[in-house]
Amino acid sequence: MSGSQVPAGSGVPLLRLEGVTKRFGAGAAVDGVDLALAENEVFCLLGPSGCGKSTLLRMIAGFERPDAGTIRLGGADITADPPHRRPVNMMFQSYALFPHMSVAGNVAYGLSSLGRAARAARVETLLRLVRLEGYGARRPDTLSGGQRQRVALARALAREPRLLLLDEPLTALDRALREETQSELRALQRRLGTSFVVVTHDPEEAMRLADRVGVMAGGRIVQVGATAELYENPASRYVAGLLGDVNLIPGTLGPAEPGPSRAVETAFGALRARAPAPALEPGAAVVVALRPERVELGAHGLAATVTERIFLGDRIARTLRMGDGTTLRASGPATGAAEHPVGAEIRLGFAAEVAAILPA
Amino acid sequence: MSGRGGQGWRARLVRLPPLLWLSAFFLVPFAITLKISLSDAATAMPPYLPVLDWHGSLEGWSSFLEALDFENYAVLWFDSLYREAALSSLAYAGTASAVLALLGTPLAYALARAPARAQALLVALVVVPFWTSFLVRVYAWIAILKPEGLLNAALLRLGVVGQPLEILNTPAAVLIGLVYAYLPFMVLPLYAVMSRLDPALREAAADLGAGPVRVFLTVTLPLAAPGIAAGALLCFIPMVGEFVIPDLLGGSDTLMLGRVLWSEFFSNRDWPLASAVAVLLLLIVIGPVVLFRDAGERGEGER
Amino acid sequence: MSPFLRAVLALGLAFLYAPILVLAVYSFNASNLVTVWGGFSTRWYAALLADGPLLAAAWVSLRVALMAGAISTLLGTLAALALARHGRFRSRRLLTGLVFAPMVMPEVIIGLSLLLLFVGVGLDRGIVTLVIAHATFCTGFVAVVVGARLRGLDRTLEEAAADLGATPRRVFATVTLPLLAPAVLAGFLLAFTLSLDDLVIASFVSGPGATTLPMRLYSQIRLGVNPEINAASTLLVLAVTLAVLAASRLTARR
Repeated sequence: MSGSQVPAGSGVPLLRLEGVTKRFGAGAAVDGVDLALAENEVFCLLGPSGCGKSTLLRMIAGFERPDAGTIRLGGADITADPPHRRPVNMMFQSYALFPHMSVAGNVAYGLSSLGRAARAARVETLLRLVRLEGYGARRPDTLSGGQRQRVALARALAREPRLLLLDEPLTALDRALREETQSELRALQRRLGTSFVVVTHDPEEAMRLADRVGVMAGGRIVQVGATAELYENPASRYVAGLLGDVNLIPGTLGPAEPGPSRAVETAFGALRARAPAPALEPGAAVVVALRPERVELGAHGLAATVTERIFLGDRIARTLRMGDGTTLRASGPATGAAEHPVGAEIRLGFAAEVAAILPA
Repeated sequence: MSGRGGQGWRARLVRLPPLLWLSAFFLVPFAITLKISLSDAATAMPPYLPVLDWHGSLEGWSSFLEALDFENYAVLWFDSLYREAALSSLAYAGTASAVLALLGTPLAYALARAPARAQALLVALVVVPFWTSFLVRVYAWIAILKPEGLLNAALLRLGVVGQPLEILNTPAAVLIGLVYAYLPFMVLPLYAVMSRLDPALREAAADLGAGPVRVFLTVTLPLAAPGIAAGALLCFIPMVGEFVIPDLLGGSDTLMLGRVLWSEFFSNRDWPLASAVAVLLLLIVIGPVVLFRDAGERGEGER
Repeated sequence: MSPFLRAVLALGLAFLYAPILVLAVYSFNASNLVTVWGGFSTRWYAALLADGPLLAAAWVSLRVALMAGAISTLLGTLAALALARHGRFRSRRLLTGLVFAPMVMPEVIIGLSLLLLFVGVGLDRGIVTLVIAHATFCTGFVAVVVGARLRGLDRTLEEAAADLGATPRRVFATVTLPLLAPAVLAGFLLAFTLSLDDLVIASFVSGPGATTLPMRLYSQIRLGVNPEINAASTLLVLAVTLAVLAASRLTARR
């Protein structure tokens, strides 16, 4: 697990989790998570529902007490602090706007230590920040989904938290609004320099927002890295599948050899892929993870038949049947739309360095 | 917050006042009632013996205990009046519960199927009579059911009957009163169950070829059955001990435990016997009350 | 909605309201007889205003209902908070039983046993005993109304407040309580009407000089039906209906 690594040159981590564990009943919802987060970083916890990401976020916010482990913020142990004493704020998935208060009342809620004038000025600034000038007197239930999301953001930023926690920040928005909001959120973060921890089940959201992503499964962080690294170099078939469409071709690992690639024997012939971690013994059962867009159709390589061709606007998706009946998915540029129609006998190949060998 | 549970001093401070109050004024009185039901009536104030001498020694206690007996319960057992009152209370409450289930189910179903915009208003219309002056609502029926009352006037004018029907001061009047007074009590929990049923289930049944009657009988009714049973139970308990309805509508011959208790207490001033009747009534309703409490507990635990 | 269900609704509501309407209409009857229409008149309402004992009873009922309503609102709200928010605790089953049982327990049992308690401890019967008795049997109704609202309350709102730096006390004062307020007020109104309406329990626990309105009405009814009772009843129904409508508006509002 590479969870405790911090990007080089970042000094003392802003947030450090050590062995954080939370049990509900018999099972562990979060199981010994280690994590370090730098200043000015956007970190995304990615995983399906039930993987423990929300529980982890709630422990950082202080709504749940870990059964074991420590949570440090800027070096100080905050594990036992109640939520209202933590310099951390959260944007809730439902936004949790107080229905009995105005927009300004919501945004001002965390600013009770300020005087009246200072508070009003701060609310004004925050509403301008989220482009909601003039909305202060409105009630939350008169706002659109996007506007509510921005009120929730302004409210969470009001106390200038050292760390902002965002629970599925965009899931409640429709698709067009979501992409726009993602860019805005990222721009805002760069401007403010606040660190974000974002919880999401949507890999695209993680890719758009995050500097680094921690993939969670079964209460553990199974891989941490930049999204490109996770995409190209997943540590497991679970991570490979979570971050996008992938062909997982079962096979047997060939003998050790020098050089950057290794052979894998599959049901439809020998393949070459990037050499795996040395822990995998020759002869081990493995899968070759091959992204559809890396499959090259041409004159050389393995024989296959095109069984399906779908035009998707910006690209063409094809299903290919290999000699033994295995099917692979390939996607290519839409410019060659007329090429390789259904029924065409073709040959396919791929560069060894774009395919990963993973434990089966 | 969710992990805090109910153990802190703050939580204790919240639940202590209602616990103490209800123990003192609901639980303790039952114990006293039980004790007095074992005493004998006396022409004194309070009108029962023995009265525990608080300053007495152990001797005072033992003579106090010796003076307690089951005489009142023997009276209840051997005097047919009380046995009949108990049986007829059960019969009235049981019959009324069945009629309520029969009338309340379609009404609750109609409420649940009413247009969403009108539903809140319609439910409020059903609720209002429930909270509205029980005594007044029962009183209103006297004028309707009397021999020269409005119902008979209407029936005579329509030629349905040749001479006024004797309804007031009969078991029928008691049943009408029970059903009328408790109908909202029946409909509300039933409506709550029926409005929670997924409309897609009815639509699926209709889509598969079931007519409205078959949809109701094969989908809605089985799913709402626990609600119907709960509603009937909810009405049964207070009806068994009902006083106002048999007293005002049933006439002097109506035997129901609530009325018997009342007259033992107010007319005969036999507090110990009234207490024994109360204990008997309590024994009849305790089972349903526990069931009801557990249903409430489940409701509390829904979150 | 099918015509059949429409008819069911119409009949059901007619059954519920017809007796009350008849009662109200005949309160404006000029005749002495309840069932014979003798023309429109407000004489029975005038008679009410001159009926000293009845007005005194109404005054007793009003005071008792206000006090009992206030006490049961406090107790019922606390009970609802304990049951909805404090998870498992040892006295939970006991508290649930104590809250729910008085709602369905036959009134004669509650009335008699409370009287025996008051006599046993030597508490003089009067306004105080009435208030205690009514507060006891109204508490469960308040707890149900407040509890329903509490369970419908989004817990993340309270978490959001804590997250924004509010202490538990401030969370309760600025978020929980304001959101709960309509239900608490509705609970008070329902407790108030229940107390105002009670005959059986009051008959047991009240003493000389503390005759409530329903007790007074009951003794009048025992003497025979008369239009003045209709007038008093109509006013009582009107007062209670207004309170209940206000309460249901409060609970229906999101």
